Amino acid sequence: MTTPDFSTRFPEGVIADERKGYEGYIVSADKLIEFATALRDEYGYDYLSSLTGVDYIKEEKLEVVYHAYKTIGGTALVFKVQVPREKPEVPSLIEIYPGADFQEREAWDLLGIKFTGHPDLRRILLWEGFEGHPLRKDWQEPYYEADVKPFKSRWPSAEYQRAEAKNPYGANVKYPDKFDPEKWVPAGEDALYGSLAKYETTDKTGLRTDHITVNLGPQHPSTHGVFRIAATLDGETIMNLKPVMGYLHRNHEKIGERNTYLQNMPFTDRLDYLSSMSNNFGYALAVEKLLGIEVPERADYIRVIMAELTRVQNHLFAIGMFLNDIGAFFTPSLYAIEERELVLDIFEMVSGSRMMCNYFRFGGLARDLPAGALQKIKGLVFDRLPRKTDEIDRFLSENEILRSRTVGQGYLSTEDAIKYSAAGPMLRASGVPYDIRRAAPYSIYDRFDFDVAVRYNGDIYDRYAIRLDEIRESLKIIQQAVEQIPEGEIQTGKPRYQMKVPAGESYGRVEGPKGELGFYLVSDGTGNPYRYHVRAPSFINLTAFGPMCVGLKIADVVAVLGSIDIVLGETDR
Amino acid sequence: MYGKGILKGLGVTAKRFINTYLDDIRWLGKRYYTAEGIKHRSSKDANGIFTIQYPEEKLPVPEEFRYIPFLVYDEVDGEKVNRCTACGICAKVCPPQCIWIERASDPVTGRPAAHPVAFTIDADICMNCGLCAEFCPFDSIKMDHDYELASYGRTVYHLDDLMKPASYYDEIRPINNAKEVALRKEAEEAKAAKKAAREAKAAAKAAQKAG
Ligand code: SF4
Ligand code: SF4
Repeated sequence: MTTPDFSTRFPEGVIADERKGYEGYIVSADKLIEFATALRDEYGYDYLSSLTGVDYIKEEKLEVVYHAYKTIGGTALVFKVQVPREKPEVPSLIEIYPGADFQEREAWDLLGIKFTGHPDLRRILLWEGFEGHPLRKDWQEPYYEADVKPFKSRWPSAEYQRAEAKNPYGANVKYPDKFDPEKWVPAGEDALYGSLAKYETTDKTGLRTDHITVNLGPQHPSTHGVFRIAATLDGETIMNLKPVMGYLHRNHEKIGERNTYLQNMPFTDRLDYLSSMSNNFGYALAVEKLLGIEVPERADYIRVIMAELTRVQNHLFAIGMFLNDIGAFFTPSLYAIEERELVLDIFEMVSGSRMMCNYFRFGGLARDLPAGALQKIKGLVFDRLPRKTDEIDRFLSENEILRSRTVGQGYLSTEDAIKYSAAGPMLRASGVPYDIRRAAPYSIYDRFDFDVAVRYNGDIYDRYAIRLDEIRESLKIIQQAVEQIPEGEIQTGKPRYQMKVPAGESYGRVEGPKGELGFYLVSDGTGNPYRYHVRAPSFINLTAFGPMCVGLKIADVVAVLGSIDIVLGETDR
Repeated sequence: MYGKGILKGLGVTAKRFINTYLDDIRWLGKRYYTAEGIKHRSSKDANGIFTIQYPEEKLPVPEEFRYIPFLVYDEVDGEKVNRCTACGICAKVCPPQCIWIERASDPVTGRPAAHPVAFTIDADICMNCGLCAEFCPFDSIKMDHDYELASYGRTVYHLDDLMKPASYYDEIRPINNAKEVALRKEAEEAKAAKKAAREAKAAAKAAQKAG
């Protein structure tokens, strides 16, 4: 790995992280802005992928961890800032990497790290008025039982009891100081609306007009879940727009830190529930890095086949639902769902479940392909899916109504795509040929012949079309994989349900269907992750949503959102 | 020409529409409500109407399909013998911690005995992950195929509700069961061979001593 040498450029304030099992640099808070600017402008790390925090409660420190890349490819540069727990203030990087916006808000929300200079540092997943920062190590959830699983109360002398019966509501819910429920008035949403543009303007002729604020959602069919968009409008034109999310928030990461490593695997299925195989993949890679174990060749092939099938069905579904959003009601989506069903049949046959696959294990897979599975996959990837992809292409791509609603609309420039840390099809449709499978190949992706799909207009149409391109490329990969797949083991060593994981940190990332899916793990040497963070593409891709919509008509918001392709299980975590 | 793309797209839907009828005619009434019809409709060659008319029709589930776990018992001389040894592994591995086990203890010595007195699975909490079945060393807890569990209340299974015969397990998972039976036989034989070897060795030693 080649990381630059900062010792001459930054003789002070930037030191290598020498804790055992850690990598990267520790930057002092007062040097952070200068360091990040230099990274971007002098060293070429133009893309800030992930930003999160860790609560090192024993050292009384909070740490912010950044992962930056070059969009021309290569490994990540990791850097960290440590601040005292009582006064956790870190300068915001939003000016240098606007993609930090939502991620800093998340770190504020869940860890209570204050990013000075952030223009809109509100909670993002929890509501204003929530007490405490749940990812702090000393925060306990309602129905808290113990810091880590397995709980002692389940065996050997367990008495069945529901959590809510044992622990009546209120016993460990935290309230603010001097909280009086009788007098409490919800904070309202002044903060949200205040962060949108002002309400009133005067035009050249002195005519005063009101801007109005409109809420789309939380219950709105186009959001495919519970998601809200608050926008200020001038007539029908969008002046400013903010997504409001967290309605499906369950603190996946806190649950993950209570779980053992293995127990997290089925939980990752529930992130982006359309692509559980990909989620499994990313998480398995991160843990395998910590454990330092390899995967047998056959298992690697099966992993790639499953991950690519996931991409195919995800993109089919994305196209179908996107067409739904812009008014082509259900015919395209049902055509797409038909094909998706056939892929899900394979997942069910292999893993036992259509959507919650839970198929990957550390060092391999849960089980080998059952008899007949490979034959079925071949039937799909050589015959049916290429034919049906062409059919969908013929069906939709030249449709004038579709084109007039999407060509040139919802524009995201190449610079903005990088700036806002957009990932996956969104980044590539804006002309950045960045695909982790190529930029920093994991598993056995370096063996396959495929092209990184890229389109250059950065509009909604390109984001639609690139998904068709990617389906074709994925089929190409699977075709090669099913021909080459060797016989052999599918698991290194004996499957274990409990293991001590060497202390250290690791970041596993895969090119998921929606973009870079990353898992940042910190192990303290026990059987439960000390920190478990998910870099969720659905969440971070929304950073560019507001800027993309400004200047469009309100009716186009739905089309833009559909073209981003979010799944709220992952956005809200 | 403006509208050409739309016409082209309409061609696709028209073709699908016609195909539906052609496929129906080709199958002469056997396309619906028959096992082979369902198989055809969920194969790569499916054309036309795709939908399975649940609950009149059901898509057969593959062997690996998993839903809620159950406990397997063997029938020995007409008696139900629970395979579970109350080792607790399933309760430890369960991600949402929805298994509660009370291990039996010997009434005389008070030492732990290898079977459960109570075994509860809260099916409302169970996330159908299958890890319990995967890690049970005694082939005791297995994942069921029955997915029709809708109820008005909450669903909690106790020991008696969970017990199902080994023959049922064999019925839903024949390939897995055959594999496990073979493995158990192998293990038993290996154990017997080891024991025999040990005895032979002891006998030889005794003979040596005597000689
Ligand atoms: S792992 Fe198997 S044997 Fe052990 S307690 Fe669970 S069901 Fe019983
Ligand atoms: S299937 Fe998973 S969640 Fe359900 S009881 Fe077994 S281990 Fe627990």
